[in-house]
Amino acid sequence: MSASADPLLRVEGLRTWFPIKQGLFQRTTGHVQAVTDVAFEVAAGSTLALVGESGCGKTTAGRSILRLTPAQAGRVLFDGVDLMALDEAALRPYRREIQIIFQDPMASLNPRMRVRDSVAEGMRSFDIGADEAERTRRVEELFKRVQLDPAHIWRYPHEFSGGQRQRICIARALAVEPRLIVCDEAVSALDVSIQAQILNLLGDLQKELGIAYLFITHDLGVVRYLADRVAVMYLGRIVESGSTERIFADPQHPYTRALLAAAPSVDPDRRGGAPPVLGDVPSPSDPPPGCPFHPRCPEVLERCRTEAPPEVALAEGRVRCFLAESAGTAAGGD
Amino acid sequence: MESHILSNSVVAILVAGACGLVLAARRSRMWSAAFAEIWSRRRLALCVIGGYVLIALLDSVAWVGGLEGGQDAVARHQAQSVIDRLFADFQERSYSAPLADTEFYGGAPLRHPGQHLLGTDLIGRDVLYLSLKGARVALLIGGLTSLFAIPLALLFGVPAGYFGGRLDDVVFFVMSTLASMPGLLLLIALIMVLGKSTLAICFALAVTGWVGFCRVSRGETLKLRELEYVSAARALGVSQGRILLRHILPNLMHLVIITFVLMFSGLVLSEAILSWLGIGVDGSWGQMIDQARNELSRDPVVWWNVAAAGGALFGLILAVNFVGDALRDTLDPRTVREAE
Repeated sequence: MSASADPLLRVEGLRTWFPIKQGLFQRTTGHVQAVTDVAFEVAAGSTLALVGESGCGKTTAGRSILRLTPAQAGRVLFDGVDLMALDEAALRPYRREIQIIFQDPMASLNPRMRVRDSVAEGMRSFDIGADEAERTRRVEELFKRVQLDPAHIWRYPHEFSGGQRQRICIARALAVEPRLIVCDEAVSALDVSIQAQILNLLGDLQKELGIAYLFITHDLGVVRYLADRVAVMYLGRIVESGSTERIFADPQHPYTRALLAAAPSVDPDRRGGAPPVLGDVPSPSDPPPGCPFHPRCPEVLERCRTEAPPEVALAEGRVRCFLAESAGTAAGGD
Repeated sequence: MESHILSNSVVAILVAGACGLVLAARRSRMWSAAFAEIWSRRRLALCVIGGYVLIALLDSVAWVGGLEGGQDAVARHQAQSVIDRLFADFQERSYSAPLADTEFYGGAPLRHPGQHLLGTDLIGRDVLYLSLKGARVALLIGGLTSLFAIPLALLFGVPAGYFGGRLDDVVFFVMSTLASMPGLLLLIALIMVLGKSTLAICFALAVTGWVGFCRVSRGETLKLRELEYVSAARALGVSQGRILLRHILPNLMHLVIITFVLMFSGLVLSEAILSWLGIGVDGSWGQMIDQARNELSRDPVVWWNVAAAGGALFGLILAVNFVGDALRDTLDPRTVREAE
């Protein structure tokens, strides 16, 4: 499954660096390189999973796309329009198209607002529904859609469980009829049985409404279940991307292999495999030269230490690794 | 417009506002649960505060007339509050001890022997009467100053925390500058400039007192700004002003309440210090203590003035602090229990 000519969302060269300011005059002495040169595409009605370990910049990438965190460079093309170039007023109509669901269902809802008001807030913001009564009716419909009791819309968030709150967050996102939802670790804070329910709900909504998901997660089980395509991030960079089947069946980057090997599996035959990766992720404020993964890479070459590997187009997907260079052809700038 | 009509209408508005607040709080589960808990834990302190408030209200409701029989010619033409009327024609000529039958110096018989529960002061005013009148002044100082200081702190602290950047730098600079000046000197200077009216003193106390809460509200806003429901509101295209009003401010309300209560007692005490310096509010307990302090060196000692004013002050401060602590335990999210 290759990306179509005109994807719903196309991110090019996204860079989000946070300045490190020090001293009396707050001079910028360096940057936390949270997201560097990230590019991916999400086709309408499909799911792209952005995976990586903690601190690899996947959440920052998601927030940058919504302009919740300002990015330094890059283009975020939604329907061909560069969201980065718009001012806040021009961006507003696109706020309706892209929504976000967060990891922590406890912090995602204002504890002082009735959930009906939280869900209706976006409708109010975009003048959906003629009046408050109409919006209340729509909130009740949304509650039914996310399998909650519509009688509970006037309650406060603390009266709901974590899974129910996440459903309310989904309802809040759906209220403005978005075409893309960024799910930032949306099921990571829930226990496994609730996770499955939420994932099923998200899958059903995608089938019914044709919503695309950018699914940010560290959980490869979730990726395999839900995603059409996968992009693997390491230290702010995408090291490998491709279809879910190909990534799981034939990972090319040593980091992807390590990540897959580290994922717990119930199948004894699928355990082990790639050599283990030692150590911690290097600091994103001082990334290693050359390939960012080289200090931990089990298959490191001499040139990895000095040269950044080029992006190589594979038969399916792309990878940034010298090992794959011989197999494919350099993709160049794009 | 005569001032007693103004003050009566202010009292009416305050009472109506309090009733409205109580009704609104009863509808909110969080506030009614919080109040029920404080009521069960600090019943006595709440009743004491209620008593002070009642006395202050009685002292604020005033009207002219109805005192024709009295000997005080001036009082007949001035607005007299309920408390004034209760103690009308209750003057002596000079000091008398509590429940005494004769004057303290000289031993001349009193007009009202054995009726002055807390004695009388230098010019023969009943001390109980003065103490009761002090309640209104104390509540006025605490309430009015908080009314200046808390909005001022929120006005600067919340935008500084939310928007950050240059605005934050400026607000932080102002706060640090104010905090680095000796509070008492600034207070005296402000009162010299503004004059010695109650309003001016309250304003001066507010100017020196808002910095602490400004810092707290700025810090709390910094924390709230990063919360996911604020991000979600931004992603939903909600305007900045609406985010501040609907998502930030309501989540600061518990801090406002706690600060109000704890600030209140500090302000009443500050006024006592100002009175001692001779720049207090007329009729306050601080002034009663100040006027009576010379008498403490006499022998036999004239103790009832200081004791009454100090006791009234102490009772109010203690009750307010008890309730303040209970409020903090109940409302502070660091101690609040989830899903109560």
